[in-house]
Amino acid sequence: MSKDKYDVIIIGAGVSGCAVAWKLARYDLDILLLEKAPDVATGTTKANTAIIHAGYNADPEKQKGRLNKKGNVQIKDIVKKLSVPFEQIGSLVVGMEDDDLSVIDELLEKGKKNGVEGLEIVGKEWLQREEPHLSDKAVKALWAPTAGIVTPWEFALALAENAVVNGADLKLETEVLDVYTENDKVTGVKTNKGDFAADYVINAAGLYADDVARMVGIEKVDIHPRKGEYYIYDHAKDFQINHVLFPIPTKISKGIVCTKTVEDNLLIGPTSDFVDSKEDLATTCEGLDHVFEGAKKMFPDLTLNDTIRVFAGLRAADTTEDFVIEAAENVTGFVNVAGIQSPGLSSAPAIADLVAEILEDEGLTLNEKKDVIETREEPARFYELSNEERAAYAEKDKDYGKIICRCETVSYKEIVDAINGPVPARTVNAVKRRTRAGAGRCQGGFCGPRVTQIIADELGIDTTQVRLEQDNSNIVKHKIKGLLGSQGDAE
Amino acid sequence: MIKIKKDVVVIGGGPAGLAAAAKVYDNGIEDVMILERDFELGGILPQCIHNGFGLHHFGEELTGPEYSQRFENEVEERNIEVKLDTMVLDVTADKKVFAMNKDQGAMEIQAKAVILAMGCRERTAGAIGIPGTRPAGVLTAGTAQRFTNIEGYVPGKKVVILGSGDIGLIMARRMRLEGADVKAVCEILPYTGGLTRNVVQCLEDYDIPLMLNHTVTKIIGNDRLEAVEITEVDENMKPIPESSEIVEADTLLLSVGLIPENELSKKADVVLDKRTNGPIVNEGRETNIDGIFACGNVLHVHDLVDWVTEESQIAGEWAAKYIKGDYNRTSKKIDVKAGENVSYVIPQSIELEAEDRKRIPLYMRVNTPLQAVDIALYADGEKLYSFSEPFAKPGEMISVPLAQKTLDDLDEISEIRVDIIEKEGE
Repeated sequence: MSKDKYDVIIIGAGVSGCAVAWKLARYDLDILLLEKAPDVATGTTKANTAIIHAGYNADPEKQKGRLNKKGNVQIKDIVKKLSVPFEQIGSLVVGMEDDDLSVIDELLEKGKKNGVEGLEIVGKEWLQREEPHLSDKAVKALWAPTAGIVTPWEFALALAENAVVNGADLKLETEVLDVYTENDKVTGVKTNKGDFAADYVINAAGLYADDVARMVGIEKVDIHPRKGEYYIYDHAKDFQINHVLFPIPTKISKGIVCTKTVEDNLLIGPTSDFVDSKEDLATTCEGLDHVFEGAKKMFPDLTLNDTIRVFAGLRAADTTEDFVIEAAENVTGFVNVAGIQSPGLSSAPAIADLVAEILEDEGLTLNEKKDVIETREEPARFYELSNEERAAYAEKDKDYGKIICRCETVSYKEIVDAINGPVPARTVNAVKRRTRAGAGRCQGGFCGPRVTQIIADELGIDTTQVRLEQDNSNIVKHKIKGLLGSQGDAE
Repeated sequence: MIKIKKDVVVIGGGPAGLAAAAKVYDNGIEDVMILERDFELGGILPQCIHNGFGLHHFGEELTGPEYSQRFENEVEERNIEVKLDTMVLDVTADKKVFAMNKDQGAMEIQAKAVILAMGCRERTAGAIGIPGTRPAGVLTAGTAQRFTNIEGYVPGKKVVILGSGDIGLIMARRMRLEGADVKAVCEILPYTGGLTRNVVQCLEDYDIPLMLNHTVTKIIGNDRLEAVEITEVDENMKPIPESSEIVEADTLLLSVGLIPENELSKKADVVLDKRTNGPIVNEGRETNIDGIFACGNVLHVHDLVDWVTEESQIAGEWAAKYIKGDYNRTSKKIDVKAGENVSYVIPQSIELEAEDRKRIPLYMRVNTPLQAVDIALYADGEKLYSFSEPFAKPGEMISVPLAQKTLDDLDEISEIRVDIIEKEGE
């Protein structure tokens, strides 16, 4: 259903691009969302602390400060409508005996300025009651009850899916190579899959937003990737953390956070180190040590015994350390959504609103469509169901009875549905993000070969063509010689 | 939901589950059911196509599939009910087993006794936190073995193996036979974690270097593995940075330990031993939960399937006795303790009345390699007897028989301890 001409092209299907697509799909517009990776949400969106911040930390004078709290409020309605796992567990900025505790009071004042509700200073007794494992050196904290946790990639996916069912086109594995302009007005984009014309182009290219901005001659966007490394733990059993816990923040970082995830894993991190390459997603010995040491200050009993994964993500930080959401001065119809680092996830819906306003200012007419689909059907999530509920699903459809991933209890049907969804999963990691197959303690050791085969079967491709994530990430290289007949080779 | 009643439910149709189920049957309890998550019986054995299985149990050398087939035949001959492609999701302390499969949907099976035989899983790159990226081409040796031997696909062509556990050694040879360039097997310890025979037959015979005191310190490559950084470690297992070298590889196989799969056991409130990561059991392999037994790699990780079979037959025999009511505890429970240089002993206690028993095999491992050892048993601190072995290695389980007569001659003891020490002057 590809069109030659669109009203709006959005470059980049991270959470910002997906939110903009979701917002604009409510209007009578032809929208194209372009993503160079084989799935949405594979950049910064998939590797962060997964927190919906309350909004007390962001500078009220910056876009971050203006959008965070607004987004926090909007998200709670969106996650309900789009069936995205979210828990409003509240966050704490925890001060230890030797810390400068005045920072906590300053944060409280900043939060009030940003309009954050429910903020409260709590003491040692409160902390010991709410977080039994917390260090007994913790004496004072800022309690922000409106903070929450979300599955970031599922949030972005839900926004993208809703955009698609409301008529937006999504093209994956489509990389923008140039932006066309005529008489200082945007006319379209050049991609590896051909040209697409449009009157408006939104640059939500994340780490690469400066590269895209330069395509229309904008030099001011300057993205410096800043790495964050993390440990993730198996489902908490012996060691529960009940809220999002931050240490006292520094100038550029909120410090090593300890939190649970919506799926009941423990997550600790991130580091905050500028790196040279936008491709540098490597964890490091020093980084991981720093994460663990930081977490230990908060939770002295924490060990590394139950970690199941280490990962790193890159913040797409602009040199201004603020969001850069604005229309280009030199070109009509080009809007930057750049520098989206924390609290970008929390701000996403507010960012989308702002982009819509900017587009109107730029001359785009926004007419609300009738019959907008507001909700997303909740996917079956076997891992959170009771045995009775699982039994009921299996009675409806036998494919629910076949469990593929044991660690996370994922059924065959969930995997097949993910592969055939509105934003189809085409890689092993895309299936993992949608279903959790392979996200557990054995990390796909058991289900990996099975998921690989299901993807091959559903997509009608050879097993050697099934990828982990990007191009050239094939799970297996070639068939065993002679044993199974034909020669298949991934290379 | 289908509701079923069974005398004995065996969870897992690998070598442990098969041997246990057949033994239950042979001891007069025919109402047995095996639940297996895979599409075939045998557990890990069908993918272990190399030989070396059965030397102790059958006195001959079999491949994994052959070894498995003998027990699959036993189960088939006895008409023991088997449910394949069936995943157990829950077990309760009152022995309700909740399982699902495609054809029957959900089922709740009320058992009189449950035998846990779920085996173990492999430790992963994430679990040991290797720094670097997370590309395709980094997988556990067992997963690579499944891809290669069951699914028929080779994961890669330039291979580095981290960890010298048996699966790692076996896969080094297997990948070599598939034409891969196996660059090295790295082992962070000063000694290998696998069987001596596997070091000889899988590495030395194929000129694959075994790099002791070396580990992988970095995974390189964003999409597909491109290289790994291999670094020597000092005596405290800390990497020596100046020794690092980058080795080009498209595949990194991990053989860095096995973890008994006790998530179900925990749901049934089974108490685990911190050293084995498996249940704490008596000599009948009964856990702390009445009527729930455990055997095979879910109990402790074995190096030879022959020992799994022996242990599972013990569990099967006692599970049958439990159902028949022929299961009585003696007045005094004897704790079995791991003494000097011993990391653990299975069973952790002896407490059952047994009239016709000649000996109780005690399974144990040393925690460090030793030469010319004395293995000595003590009862409440008094030496019972000892015997010599030329060596003891952590990778090779030791089975020490405790004679029933010895026990009978002792009055009311509360502890048996095993020490394994190097003989002085040798």
